[in-house]
Amino acid sequence: MSTSRSKASPASGRIRVGDGPLTRRLLIGAVLAVTALVLVAPLLAIFAEAFRHGVGAYAASFADPSTRYAIWLTVLTALIVVPINVAFGIAAAWAIAKFHFPGRNLLVALVELPFSISPIIAGVAYLFVYGAQGLLGPWLEAHDIKIMFAIPAIILASLFVTAPFVARELIPLMIAQGSEEEEAAVTLGAGGWRILRQVTLPNVRFALLYGAALCNARVMGEFGAVSVVSGNIRGQTNTLPLQIELLYQDNNAIAAFAIATILTAVALVTLVAKAIIERLDARRAALTGAPTPKVAAKAGH
Amino acid sequence: MNRVIPGFPLALGITLFYLSLIVLLPLGALIWQASDVGLARYFTIMSGARTSAAFQLTLVTAALATLFNAIYGLALAWVLVRYEFPGRRLLDALVDVPFALPTAVAGLALSALFVSNGWFGAPLAALGIKVAYTPIGIAAAMAFTSIPFVVRTVQPVLEDLAADVEEAAATLGASDWRIFARIIFPAIFPAFLTGASLGFARSLGEFGAIIFIAGNLPMKTEVVSLLTFIRIEEYDYPAAAAIAATLLALAFTLLFLVNMIQLWQQRRIGTGD
Repeated sequence: MSTSRSKASPASGRIRVGDGPLTRRLLIGAVLAVTALVLVAPLLAIFAEAFRHGVGAYAASFADPSTRYAIWLTVLTALIVVPINVAFGIAAAWAIAKFHFPGRNLLVALVELPFSISPIIAGVAYLFVYGAQGLLGPWLEAHDIKIMFAIPAIILASLFVTAPFVARELIPLMIAQGSEEEEAAVTLGAGGWRILRQVTLPNVRFALLYGAALCNARVMGEFGAVSVVSGNIRGQTNTLPLQIELLYQDNNAIAAFAIATILTAVALVTLVAKAIIERLDARRAALTGAPTPKVAAKAGH
Repeated sequence: MNRVIPGFPLALGITLFYLSLIVLLPLGALIWQASDVGLARYFTIMSGARTSAAFQLTLVTAALATLFNAIYGLALAWVLVRYEFPGRRLLDALVDVPFALPTAVAGLALSALFVSNGWFGAPLAALGIKVAYTPIGIAAAMAFTSIPFVVRTVQPVLEDLAADVEEAAATLGASDWRIFARIIFPAIFPAFLTGASLGFARSLGEFGAIIFIAGNLPMKTEVVSLLTFIRIEEYDYPAAAAIAATLLALAFTLLFLVNMIQLWQQRRIGTGD
């Protein structure tokens, strides 16, 4: 965001509000100081705590079998959830961006709904569907299907909290791009799948990538919803964030922070990917004159 | 409706089926469970000392966090849009850290910073201020996780603000402060309000970041999301359903409010999309 526009002090030399050197310095200084305290210090603290007793103690934290299991389960969940929500995001964006139909605005609101709901509520809601006292609980029990306090529940809760990520990146972009290219492809005789693969997806590939990266970071880091539905069974339903809490309560702070560095690295890689994608997108827009709504993390948990 | 492009029934079908299964079914189950509680019992649960203390604490700390982010977020958006300085791109990227960083990791980091021998905790303790295991710690955790909301809603509006009105006001001799208060702030106010409401809503439901730093003492530092979680662990499903449904209703109210603000904004600017 804000890559090219509104440079301060335009070439004409006109002075805008707040461009006085004193205001400018004061504001930039204050913002940088607060940012160092509230955004940079927490990141540094994670690494400082993880390496407090040296690299050896840090590395030893990963020898614990339950930690290794948590890594495996977290990766497994991401491998299942991200592709499903990418597919959902494409379908939702196709329906919403390419067509006008009654209830379209309502559908957009529905797609974004999981963002406005506390993860704890999501977890509790799932319990009321699949738990023993839930809507489908008795039926599931009779058929010996276990969803709650097991891996399926973790996957379902993760699907819920990350459902909007890809769709939200694609919808505004696809609306801005319009449907002319697709319509041209239809007149040339192309079928729906071919148009999707060869026309639409290449046009939105950066937004798609960014949505998938955000979705992945969120799946790996989801805590509230997963902790309600997982039952916290050590070595069975513990994802990495749950393992962090467990270790922290066990007073094994070094190991908790060591694991936290993995998730912090995932977050930082996601943000770097965002910066790269934005730059590529801006370049593409400059080359083709195509509309590119700024790729930006607007809202959401 | 566009009749040329194929795939509408399939795309809409997948979208509706998936949303029904993943989003509507669980929310429906929660509302069903909550309505099963009954009005009399609902009021008994909600007026219980521990529940009302948790709601009071959550609302007050979320308001504090929102106040902080309203000021800091506005300043951050202003600095990012209006000024060019070394590190501006890095600062812009840093704004998204709270969204990308898992809340449990954020909570862990904040507790390390604010414990009595932490980087912030030690100097604050010398001043007699205790943050970890107090409501201030809860507000700090809420503030951290909702930093991006005001910035990211105000930023694009501030970018699109035309310079000419400002300049006209300046040639008429208006002071900077007056131009900001009378022209710029009213223009960004709807976006500012939207961002603050979204951040407030987020703070109400926050869980991961808080439980590491709050101390989680009933009646003192127990937030609503934690109380819901505890009721579930105690198998007190009616109480969990009642509290969760109330939290959900609050979230919906805020969402409705945000939509109203956005409608108002569109009508005022006259750019109905």
